[in-house]
Amino acid sequence: MARPGFVLEVDKSTPPLLFWRGEGFSLEKLPAGRSRVIYPPEPLEAIKDVDGAILEALLNPIDSEPLPALLFPGMKLTIAFDDVSLPLPKMERPDNRQRVIEAVLDLAAAAGVDDVHLIAALGLHRRMHEYELRHALGDRIYDAFHGRGQLYQHDAEDLDNLEVVGTTDQGEVLEINKRAAESDLLVYVNINSVAMDGGWKSVCTGLASYRSLSHHHNPTTLENTKSLMGHRDHSALHQSVWRLGKVLRDSGPRIFQIETTLNTDMFPSPFDFINKREWEWTAKDRAIYLGTTKSLKRTPIKMARKIFHGMQGPHRMTSVQAGETSAVHEVTLQHVYRQQLVEVQGQTDILTMGIPFVCPYNPDGVMNPVLVMCMGLGYLFNMYRNKPLVREGGVIIMTHPTYKDFNPVHHPSYIDFYEQVLADTTNPAEMSRKWEQQFAEDEWYRHLYRTGNAYHGVHPFYAWYWGAHGLQHAGKVIIVGGEPAVVRRLGFTPASTMDDAFEIASDVVGRHPTISHMHVPALLVADVK
Amino acid sequence: MSRLVYSRKPGKFAIARLAGAVKPGAGAHVGPLALQSDEPLALPTPEWVRLRPRLAGICGSDLALVDGTASAYFDPLVSYPFTPGHEVVADVVDADGSPGRRVVVVPVLSCVTRGISPECPACAAGQINLCERVAYGHLAAGLQTGFCADTGGGWSHEMVAHPSQLVDVPDDFSDEAAVLIEPTACAVHAAKRFTGAQTVIIGAGTLGLLTLAAITATPRRKKNSGPIIVTARYPEQRRLAKELAADVVCTTDEMPRLVRSRTGSLVVGDQLTSGAPTVIDCVGSSDSISQALRVVAPGGCVHMVGMPGNVSVELTSLWHRETSISGCYAYTHADFATAIEVIRRHDLGRLVSATYPLADYTEAIAIAAAAGRRGAVKIAFDMRGKH
Repeated sequence: MARPGFVLEVDKSTPPLLFWRGEGFSLEKLPAGRSRVIYPPEPLEAIKDVDGAILEALLNPIDSEPLPALLFPGMKLTIAFDDVSLPLPKMERPDNRQRVIEAVLDLAAAAGVDDVHLIAALGLHRRMHEYELRHALGDRIYDAFHGRGQLYQHDAEDLDNLEVVGTTDQGEVLEINKRAAESDLLVYVNINSVAMDGGWKSVCTGLASYRSLSHHHNPTTLENTKSLMGHRDHSALHQSVWRLGKVLRDSGPRIFQIETTLNTDMFPSPFDFINKREWEWTAKDRAIYLGTTKSLKRTPIKMARKIFHGMQGPHRMTSVQAGETSAVHEVTLQHVYRQQLVEVQGQTDILTMGIPFVCPYNPDGVMNPVLVMCMGLGYLFNMYRNKPLVREGGVIIMTHPTYKDFNPVHHPSYIDFYEQVLADTTNPAEMSRKWEQQFAEDEWYRHLYRTGNAYHGVHPFYAWYWGAHGLQHAGKVIIVGGEPAVVRRLGFTPASTMDDAFEIASDVVGRHPTISHMHVPALLVADVK
Repeated sequence: MSRLVYSRKPGKFAIARLAGAVKPGAGAHVGPLALQSDEPLALPTPEWVRLRPRLAGICGSDLALVDGTASAYFDPLVSYPFTPGHEVVADVVDADGSPGRRVVVVPVLSCVTRGISPECPACAAGQINLCERVAYGHLAAGLQTGFCADTGGGWSHEMVAHPSQLVDVPDDFSDEAAVLIEPTACAVHAAKRFTGAQTVIIGAGTLGLLTLAAITATPRRKKNSGPIIVTARYPEQRRLAKELAADVVCTTDEMPRLVRSRTGSLVVGDQLTSGAPTVIDCVGSSDSISQALRVVAPGGCVHMVGMPGNVSVELTSLWHRETSISGCYAYTHADFATAIEVIRRHDLGRLVSATYPLADYTEAIAIAAAAGRRGAVKIAFDMRGKH
């Protein structure tokens, strides 16, 4: 049976702790007597009969008629699915999306439905490469649908193929993919890696236009999103999305939501030591760690990226539920929390975190400096329920090489954002006011988003806004091991070692601060009491 | 009288070229430049006057000469041996040998200085920089003082000049400010190409910074003028460019992306489909001209302010997009008056980073060749001490 997560109080016998540093690792000693490490629960036991569980969910949905009852000949059926940003790392084949969609297609075929479209719900993310679509959906689905033009990717800039569904009582316009809006049934297939995903956010972001997304992806909303992974009442983003969801439910197509959760068995051998607790490392684990870190230091960065991004996570499905969106999502949240929640008593002065090689916005790409900020302050900082692990005005310390390196195919507007916007300001509200429109309406970015594999021109702003609450909350942010000029461009403070970082932090939190370290991976949500 | 002398010595010229390729400025150690003690120069005609240089700047064209990279084009336009130095602030030597007026030299050796009458059409129109007679008349060949065997140059304790070449230095000007009048006049001349539309200045060495200063001082720059984007390689250059009111300062790598973004351009290959109407190249290398052509708008113009020499550039885009490359050489007398105002407005004397006696010429030239990297801008020779 999987052991629950727990909090380790660091003492003199605690071994050095594993920190990600991009495409590498380091072991760091934390001060004894005032540091604690939050370990996630061990991977939950997976569903043994995945296909059986999927079919069961489709036939016995929550607050909905069974899927076969919603299918009929001559209908328009659209299946939307989460894009390449989930899960991380990509899962071993067959991907859960493939398994779920195959089951849906079998039922559709049995019901005589032949007008079926599959849409990758990109939002403003980059278009998936063919190999990524094949990985997510399987060759059979790809070959059957893509050639006939029935498998494609959402285009938030294709004005001819967007449709306004309605407007919320606060003036938020819901504009989504026209095919989805005009379908008799829209099936949305989720991979719910974290608590903030799924629910009404699936359609209201994944299939939405820029106009629609800008209602909640903005500095004001995200600064007031005090609980991205916890209570929806404390998340201005989710409140906006749920208002849009009401419009969708009342005026949009019928939706059949399918959500799946994963366990946290994220890294395959030989990297499975990452998932373990340091004092339980075997001699073999230590040898692999040493060998891996030494060889990674000698490996050209491009090769190291290839190795890491080529990894396929052994994560397995822990639940699948289908039916009415809100009801399904409530069940999903329970499964996510069952896997990720760790009870923690109180906040500390400092929060430390290792930033890995990947975040949701750079699969098969480069973790550029903007994404380092987004991963640290947007994602990891927000992995809490109730209140942040670090007190307001405290210090966040990340470890990452933070190089000035970008993937020009995936992140063209990120380069300009780094060079032009961050050179001007790191303040989310100010950059939104001065720069966002120019990037959002840039014809070149639009072209690359629509025809290439580039994130939308405005996406770096969204990545930055994602960390808006963290920026506002922290008194200082330090990056250990980053290129100093790049770290300063982000508005943060560089430090060469963890000890230097603590020394620098002492200006803000004194000489004997309390410290929390999030042991990621795997994913965890700190339930801070 | 001691002076630095550049002689025609093909062997040493070749060695200087090799040394300069290894380490910029190293040509001074091994090339045809040498410190000599000579008799004073004869006055070409009685109206000429003797000058005692106080400061004389080291310019990019001087460095090209020292390192053997100057174009062969200049061969018939100079006369050997000559004393370099055309950025000069000097005292006029009075009849009794005492120092008189403090002046800067307009170094172009045009028709008047050469005793040519009637003047060529360009000189008659006041455009002495376009003089058609720089290799004729009673002077030896030489497009400027500092490249002519008969006039001497600023890198010396004595030189000669025609009265028409002299511009009085305002009393409130330091020698450091005064020595920048000549290069600033070049910049003023270049700044006339500024139209108010978006402008890119490539390079933030002395010439780039002074051109920027001249543009930002011009009344043609209004609140609604297009942004001025300056590429700067080194931190001090970036700081100064911002101080001199560039709208955007970026690295050379960043510049094409920045121009693309500011002009809403698309991209085809490496070429912007739109771009900046005006690009002022203050570097003059193959790379800088190529980059200028990649970011200049269709129908726009690349103005060569930096001396280009022998470069290799793909010109298909110039043909296809009807862009042009235009030379921008020297100045007119009127530009000197404007230069004085620009220097005063921006307090440009601070750009003189260090001065050296003639005896330390190898070190001075080495520092000048690496000025940007060392956080320096203008290096000059200082003759105010012992003769």
